[in-house]
Amino acid sequence: MAIKFILPTTLVTLLLSQGAAFAQEAAVAEAALSPTLQRLLFLAAALVFLSIAFVMGRNRATAMRNTVAMMHSLPGFHGAVAVQWGALGAFAGVIAHAITGYPMGMLGAVIFAVALALMGVAYALTTIKPDFRARTFTERSVMAFLILCSLVAVLTTVGIVASLVFETAHFFQLYPASEFFFSTVWNPKFGGGSSLGIWPLIWGTLYVSAIALIVAVPIGLMSAVYLAEYASPRVRSWAKPAIEILAGIPTIVYGLFALITVGPLLRDYFAQPMGLGDSSSSVMTAGLVMGIMVIPFVSSLSDDIINAVPQSLRDGSLGLGATPSETVRKVVLPAALPGIVGAVLLAASRAIGETMIVVMGAGAAAKLSLNPFEAMTTVTVKIVSQLTGDTEFASPETLVAFALGLTLFTLTLGLNIVALVIVRKYREQYE
Amino acid sequence: MKASSLLTQDPRTKKRNSAEKRFRGLGLTAIVIALAMLVWLLISIVTAGSPAFRQAFLTFPVLVDQTIVDKAGTRDPALLSAVTTLGYGKLLANSLRAEIAAKGIDLGDLKPKEIAQMISEESAATLRDLVLADPSLIGTTIPFTALASGRIDGFYKGRVTMETAALDKNTSPAQLILADRLLDADILSVKFNTGFVTMPDASDKRPEAAGLGIAVVGSFMMMLVVLLLSLPIGVAASIYLEEFAPKNRWTDLIEVNIANLAAVPSIVYGILGLAIFINFAGLPQSAPIVGGMVLTLMTLPRIIIPTRAALKAVPPSIRDAALGVGASKLQTVFHHVLPLAMPGILTGMIIGLAQALGESAPLLLIGMVAFVRDFPGGLFDPATALPVQVYSWTTRGDPGFVERASGAIIVLLIFLVVMNATAIYLRRKFERRW
Repeated sequence: MAIKFILPTTLVTLLLSQGAAFAQEAAVAEAALSPTLQRLLFLAAALVFLSIAFVMGRNRATAMRNTVAMMHSLPGFHGAVAVQWGALGAFAGVIAHAITGYPMGMLGAVIFAVALALMGVAYALTTIKPDFRARTFTERSVMAFLILCSLVAVLTTVGIVASLVFETAHFFQLYPASEFFFSTVWNPKFGGGSSLGIWPLIWGTLYVSAIALIVAVPIGLMSAVYLAEYASPRVRSWAKPAIEILAGIPTIVYGLFALITVGPLLRDYFAQPMGLGDSSSSVMTAGLVMGIMVIPFVSSLSDDIINAVPQSLRDGSLGLGATPSETVRKVVLPAALPGIVGAVLLAASRAIGETMIVVMGAGAAAKLSLNPFEAMTTVTVKIVSQLTGDTEFASPETLVAFALGLTLFTLTLGLNIVALVIVRKYREQYE
Repeated sequence: MKASSLLTQDPRTKKRNSAEKRFRGLGLTAIVIALAMLVWLLISIVTAGSPAFRQAFLTFPVLVDQTIVDKAGTRDPALLSAVTTLGYGKLLANSLRAEIAAKGIDLGDLKPKEIAQMISEESAATLRDLVLADPSLIGTTIPFTALASGRIDGFYKGRVTMETAALDKNTSPAQLILADRLLDADILSVKFNTGFVTMPDASDKRPEAAGLGIAVVGSFMMMLVVLLLSLPIGVAASIYLEEFAPKNRWTDLIEVNIANLAAVPSIVYGILGLAIFINFAGLPQSAPIVGGMVLTLMTLPRIIIPTRAALKAVPPSIRDAALGVGASKLQTVFHHVLPLAMPGILTGMIIGLAQALGESAPLLLIGMVAFVRDFPGGLFDPATALPVQVYSWTTRGDPGFVERASGAIIVLLIFLVVMNATAIYLRRKFERRW
């Protein structure tokens, strides 16, 4: 066994000394290739290398299987073990160099990684024995990969919270938190001396979302009632997906709709005749269009919830002589109310976090005004405007976007959690 | 009180019955309003955007005049490239005037400069590239199709009228009259505009030359990244959570996490991408790789949910049978459960990709709004994306860009319809009831 292990290692060292001369030529060839092509070539080479490792491991195991009575694992699994050790070696080599800042140059790093990979494969080949549990070994690695992948979701949340909190703390070192939370003036100046009070933005956000809900809740709820209680299966089978198309349309489309159609329409037929302003981007424009967008969020979830109300409640009410509409209003809706509230909260969280519609429809002026036909701005609009273009992470005018992001994240997360808890409780009630 | 009978309804019953009808009517109205909004939205975008697919072109022979582009007559590449597009613009204008004179078309009182104004500045650049690539063209007459200027183009799409032209310093009614005469003489033609989908973006003053080429390529690259990252990660995570995860606090945490991530506003992912990928990891701005990774993080929870549903739909008897003949747990999943769940997983994947394709807010933050003129050669080169291109066009002054933006939306919607139709087709074809 010792010989088996030493032999490939000496081979590697030999190859390395030969490689030095080859490296000179390769460096010249490397310079001629585009970075993309280099990466692709590197990937292809790694794949070829690993396939060779697999075939070597498998063939060796197959040869051994013919000589012994019984092997624990199929030859393929021994091949897979070789692939894992090879990949581990290459990965360790690349990472070690990336962390230490490439002390041996790009090419040195590649050679180092190849050497480690070869050693890994060589070691794996020595492990091939009848009683080696190659399948268990492979399955453990696969399981580790599966767990790692499901942790990506957790890592994403950690990343979001960490980046928001870290940069927000940074912001509050440069700008007083009391000003941010209690000032009613939003006026960033890139020369310094800005006032960055959040209230005008919160006001705009809530105003737009409120109009959106005023549009979406009655339409969504009535559609859900009709679909769940009155519509024939045929009408339901096409009307429900048709309404859900509204949820599948990208928000940029709604934004453009607000910009070129709804905005000018509201300005020419409502705002100007009523003397309420002459801006085509306004809270009303953004709110109306956003309302259309969230209709399916209200209707789909409400529909599910109304359907979950037990038939016995309806039968009881109808049996007492109530008309269907009385049953809906007096029995079904009160029973479904918690769930519907949950649906509305989810729609509200969706409206608060919406970006493109307000960027294109609501305007950019931070104002505390009651006039719905005036341009106002929201938290999301200001995140976009403070972070697009040349961003340098040193001025409070840029960093404020992270504080706004944290506010937005907390607000929507809170709404979602409350909504989910309500909906879950409601479901349990009837299960 | 009058006695009621089955034949004549008493006032209270009448009231209740009419309330019933009203309520029902209200429900129907709500559905009709929702669908009417959808139709209104689509019609308004399609009518605003369809002109972007047609374009006015000027076709005439161009004499590549040596006295303008190569005064020394040496064909020296350095001297040739010293001639700017202004010189080539002159070339086009001279040739157009010559053609007009040759066909005997009445010029009205148009000055040469005003005729030059009718040709897009972009075409001068195209001609320059053509000549620089092949200097033997100098001194010859070549057939050439130039873009008409944005205003002339707009005249044939109803965006520019005689009245607006009179107020516009970039065009004049006399130019429009000449354009009509050129149309009769077959010099000017309005044709299908393939350049809209293949050309790169153009500067603020040249809406007629702006195309979606880079945005389409950029979007495609990002979708590739999203597919390559989110398919393995999403499927692996779903398999773990659905098939192997023990019921404990940790897996509960992961599940709550995924549910919440699906509802986090997309712009927050943009902030994440900016802080982690660009600021911390030092990846380049505007690069499809960064956009792809941000969209992957955003789409993952939305892919995991349908994938888990697809895995759950595979009946336990399949697993029991596999385990019964001696397969390991992983073999059971990878050899039997996964292949059976694949159609459902693919459907969810395509729908997730379609959502990612239409997403723009996070991409704004990682610099994909930048003006990009060169096609990206790889995932690390600057590019834009379809929805972001729409946004950046709407921020420009020239009204021609509104038409372009709506046209781009039509292209985007076509992609989305194709993807969703594929998903529905797959679902219909492979859906199994156990």
